Amino acid sequence: MSTPSSTQRITLAKGLNLGLRKAMEHDDKVLVMGEDVGRLGGVFRITDGLQKDFGDDRVIDTPLAESGIVGTAVGLAMRGYRPVVEIQFDGFVYPAYDQIVSQVAKIRARTDGRTAMPVVIRIPFGGGIGAVEHHSESPEAQFVHTPGLKVVACSNPADGYAMIQQAIASDDPVVFLEPKRQYHSEKADVDLAAEPAPLFSSRVVRPGTDVTVAAYGPTVRTALRAADAAAEDGTSLEVIDLRTLSPLDLDPVVESVRRTGRLVVVHEAHTTLGVGTEVAARVTEECFYSLEAPVLRVGGFDVPYPAARIEEAFLPDLDRLLDAVDRSLAF
Amino acid sequence: MRRTTPAPRTSREHTVANDPVENPPGREELTVPSVQSSEQSIPTHPGGGTKAGKDPGDVLARAYAQGSQDPVQLLTPEGERVQHPDFDVDLTPAQLRGLYRDMVLTRRLDTEATALQRHGELGLWAQSLGQEAAQVGAARSVRSQDFVFPTYREHGVAWCMGVDPVELLGMFRGTDHGTWDTEATRMGLYTIIIGAQTLHAVGYAMGLQRDGVVGTGDPDRDAAVVAHFGDGASSQGDVNEALVFASSYQAPVVFLCTNNQWAISEPTERQSRVPLYQRAWGFGLPGIRVDGNDVLAMHAVTTAALQRAREGQGPVLIEAFTYRMGAHTTTDDPTRYRLSADVESWKLKDPILRLEAYLRRNGLVEQAWLDELAAEADALGERMREGCRTRTDPDPLSMFDHVYAEQTPELAAQRDGYAAYLAGFEEDQ
Repeated sequence: MSTPSSTQRITLAKGLNLGLRKAMEHDDKVLVMGEDVGRLGGVFRITDGLQKDFGDDRVIDTPLAESGIVGTAVGLAMRGYRPVVEIQFDGFVYPAYDQIVSQVAKIRARTDGRTAMPVVIRIPFGGGIGAVEHHSESPEAQFVHTPGLKVVACSNPADGYAMIQQAIASDDPVVFLEPKRQYHSEKADVDLAAEPAPLFSSRVVRPGTDVTVAAYGPTVRTALRAADAAAEDGTSLEVIDLRTLSPLDLDPVVESVRRTGRLVVVHEAHTTLGVGTEVAARVTEECFYSLEAPVLRVGGFDVPYPAARIEEAFLPDLDRLLDAVDRSLAF
Repeated sequence: MRRTTPAPRTSREHTVANDPVENPPGREELTVPSVQSSEQSIPTHPGGGTKAGKDPGDVLARAYAQGSQDPVQLLTPEGERVQHPDFDVDLTPAQLRGLYRDMVLTRRLDTEATALQRHGELGLWAQSLGQEAAQVGAARSVRSQDFVFPTYREHGVAWCMGVDPVELLGMFRGTDHGTWDTEATRMGLYTIIIGAQTLHAVGYAMGLQRDGVVGTGDPDRDAAVVAHFGDGASSQGDVNEALVFASSYQAPVVFLCTNNQWAISEPTERQSRVPLYQRAWGFGLPGIRVDGNDVLAMHAVTTAALQRAREGQGPVLIEAFTYRMGAHTTTDDPTRYRLSADVESWKLKDPILRLEAYLRRNGLVEQAWLDELAAEADALGERMREGCRTRTDPDPLSMFDHVYAEQTPELAAQRDGYAAYLAGFEEDQ
């Protein structure tokens, strides 16, 4: 099968890098800022080469202070810039939590819409990389629970390329979650000229008939592998990549559950009051008479992220997901 | 004295007027004086700053190097004009009266708002009593291309920046979070999270640098930012990070720390073992302490610091040494934690009385002018009372309007559901 000339075989990291580059070429008000994003190109190399090409006024190596990074991004946005902030690791976002929740999220409402806050906060999230403490967390629920923010998670190179550009173009602040363990793991053919789906939309990534599985970020791949395994046992899973966590786009999920009658939500974040909890509540409201089993959640346990040698026990994997599928079918 | 119509906002710089209020006596004389001598390689900022021939950069660099300083003072508590080796003001009698008028009207709006809280019209008010010189002296150094980030107590700054005092009442009445046009007034909304705005100020200043309006040599183009915060805020991480970022990027920010001695019940000694202005040195910028009850000293030092920042020489920390004469807010009871003798001693340093003494002693003000000002203050009070009462509750459904630029389907559904719920009550009636 022939591919268009605009197609490249790239990793998620490269997709994000190309997307950032394109956004910066498109709008000279777009700035990239964070720790080590300039000369080094970021600890994950997502901003590789950007400072060389766009200069240190637009790709800004900042002092090592997360609240300072986000707080100055607020001021830059007030001056008409569109800062893209990199938080180096998920667990490092908390020093900036106050600026994100009390300022970034609220300034538009506080000013009755007079002051826009087009700030993108990129956070490499999730575990499975054998890291030391604070490098493997999934803090998305904290931001989904904050009105004024939008929260999205990419799961593949094509989405990384398109969604980062869409997030930067949004006039609302966007917390942009990137599954760090997939940055460099797999390549995919990405048509850079393709028309992307709307940013705040979820998508069926594998059709099926027996059980619906909703995932986002790193667990999309887990769900797809589970679907392969389940198929061997004669069970058909429909996998939905939620992509947007705030707002949630549950129409495809509701449509799917009305067919399957069963839903399992899977994420790495702690289970209690995680995104899965909200999905379960809303799907129950919308699909009460279609459900054949309670909506089940498979998430990280409600413990602090454990030491790396046992992190695989904490993370929802293929088997824990299939176990939930079995429980749903057996209900 | 004749009255004139208000000037357009574009000529706001160094005019002593707040547009919504009737024009003051003497206002027409308050134009920007020209630089006296073209032979000076570095022009003195109009109205004051460093002494003639002294470069603000040099003076403030020396301030950085010196181990300790007495507060800069140009007017004693008794209203006696004194000389300082580095700083001076060159103000016309009308400009001096203008500063006096700003302080008197600031105090009146503060007194009026406090009374409105006592009458149940406001839920809360944060008094600025006693801090008029620190606020007015600094704000009158701001030019129309600059930008100011306040805390929630900078009522005198708001006055000078052209914010309608009635608009200050909204957040304390609970009708809004601040309604003034921040672009037109060049002043951000009041910020309640302590110190958060100092980082916004640095970011804004980084934007000025990227816009190419710092250090161009064109005084009408070069811009800077004022970041207000207090002695309590000096302990916040955000303030310390703001100082780090500003210093690292040499951003054009004047950090104005109003040390009013009290963070609710905690004295400044609880925040710092060293004088606050000395904190600056560890961050790599000049720090300077000013008599915060001396409007002339505040004006001179802030003018110099802003000029230095606009010229691209980096940030400065000014500590305005003053006293919070009132309570922290109207819910506070300072008798539980401080001595009335302290308050009494600071009354002798009152910023308004000392300038009035100076004006009277030097024949720079007439009784008729003071009478007119008193009448203007009464009119302002009446306008605030009226404006407060007519500041009505917003439509409950308006809370959904500006959460997002692009409304989300789920929030639209919440709004519509609530609207239908409310409509149900109307149908029942």
